[in-house]
Amino acid sequence: MSTMKSEPIPLETPAPVSRDLVSEAAVTPRHSLLVRTTHWIITIAFFALVLTGAEIIVSHPRFYWGETGNVLTTPLFKIPIPASRNLVPTGYGYVLPDQNGWSRALHFQSAWLLVLMGVLYVIGGIASGHLRRDLLPGKGDLSWRRLIDVVSHHLRIAPNPEEHWSYNILQRLSYLFVVFVLFPLVIWTGLAMSPAFDSAIPATVNLLGGRQSARTLHFIVSIALVLFLMIHVVMVWREGFKTRMRAMITGKAADRKERK
Amino acid sequence: MSKISRRKMMVTGLTATAGISGLGVAAHLAKKYGLIPPDHGGIYGPGETLTYASMRLLTRHSLAREFTRSQISERPLQNEVAPFSEEFKRHQAARFADWRLVLDGMVARPTSFSVDQLKSYAPHSQITEVVCEEGWSYIAEWNGVPLSYLLDLVGAHPEAKYVFYFSIEPDWWESMDMADAMHPQTFLTYGMNGDELPVGNGGPIRMRLPRQLGYKSVKFLNRLIVTDDAKKFGKGLGSISPEQGYAWYAGI
Repeated sequence: MSTMKSEPIPLETPAPVSRDLVSEAAVTPRHSLLVRTTHWIITIAFFALVLTGAEIIVSHPRFYWGETGNVLTTPLFKIPIPASRNLVPTGYGYVLPDQNGWSRALHFQSAWLLVLMGVLYVIGGIASGHLRRDLLPGKGDLSWRRLIDVVSHHLRIAPNPEEHWSYNILQRLSYLFVVFVLFPLVIWTGLAMSPAFDSAIPATVNLLGGRQSARTLHFIVSIALVLFLMIHVVMVWREGFKTRMRAMITGKAADRKERK
Repeated sequence: MSKISRRKMMVTGLTATAGISGLGVAAHLAKKYGLIPPDHGGIYGPGETLTYASMRLLTRHSLAREFTRSQISERPLQNEVAPFSEEFKRHQAARFADWRLVLDGMVARPTSFSVDQLKSYAPHSQITEVVCEEGWSYIAEWNGVPLSYLLDLVGAHPEAKYVFYFSIEPDWWESMDMADAMHPQTFLTYGMNGDELPVGNGGPIRMRLPRQLGYKSVKFLNRLIVTDDAKKFGKGLGSISPEQGYAWYAGI
């Protein structure tokens, strides 16, 4: 690690943070009200969606490719769990309790909440400049050197004082990917499973290669989102769980003293 | 109190008032244009209402995707149903010769149709996908008569809002709004892939609603009631599905 060519940010010596900057940080929130509100409502909706999504899968833990698929056709893959319905031969001699009713209702209601909050976040984020200022990579950020710098910092499990007030390049790229690739994909593949929506806009499902492909992709993208969440939480933990949580709840970034 | 906070409070108050009255106006319009589902109450009511209202605005006339003959599933899945009642078994033994489909309620001429009578009307067919709420699906050709044809035949009242439909088997009934009832792909089916509709797939008569999930396509149909009041049936939620935790509107 010591042979790394990039300039390490001094960790033992205090970062050059002036008193002015600290007091400014206390009044200038790390996260705006819009970001904080949509972040937590989407978090709640996302937890509900993952839980209910898992319950819905239990009724048919088989995934197919193409337009149609059922127990008489060959699956692309199966999840080796018992099902909640007798129809599915799982190899287990019993069925799990059927939770599909409330799970579906909560799944769709949470999806509505997530989509509405997502739209609010993107529109608000454009209007306030949050997306441009905080998420789009800054000048010179998109160089390999800069990326290696940030990655090496992460590998050394070392918090970076610079990141108190702004997102690093890896954060920016992964947040952009989640907001503008994964979430739109999970919404698209979800909508493609709606027989009514497909009647209005058939391309929704046809472009994905059929409704069973849409269902399988919905599952895979959801797994990707869950993986992001796990990494996200680990990163928050590593950077100081208390301060980061407080920043996302109250908006205030911490000064150096408080972080220790 | 400082000027700024007073101004802030006034703005907040005005925004809240506008928001609440906006919601009131939206609710009034939604009711007027039939955008509120019968199961709009309860904790999942907002989600159900948003879905139903959006789909009604988006899909009043749109057609479910139809497929080519080569896409028809080789083996149409026959999912499990509860053991048949004695009454159904008697009909089955008689090859459904005495099966009747009664259509009454808000109609000028209440009528009881035999299976042969339904078959005597101009036959229609559609190759559409059955989509189960569990996740599986299959494609079949469905042969039958559009519900709208029968509704015209019996003279359904223009004030009618729903068509309720019942299986001969207990606790199995649904309803649809008039947009779905008059939709050209809403069929009373008596045939599948050119043959008689197998009992395993809902024969002798099954409702077919390809823009909604499979559970709206009730099997072993013997009664249709045209009405303007969903509250008169069961717990008033539009069908037995909401009583069992499932959405009345299953177009998603």
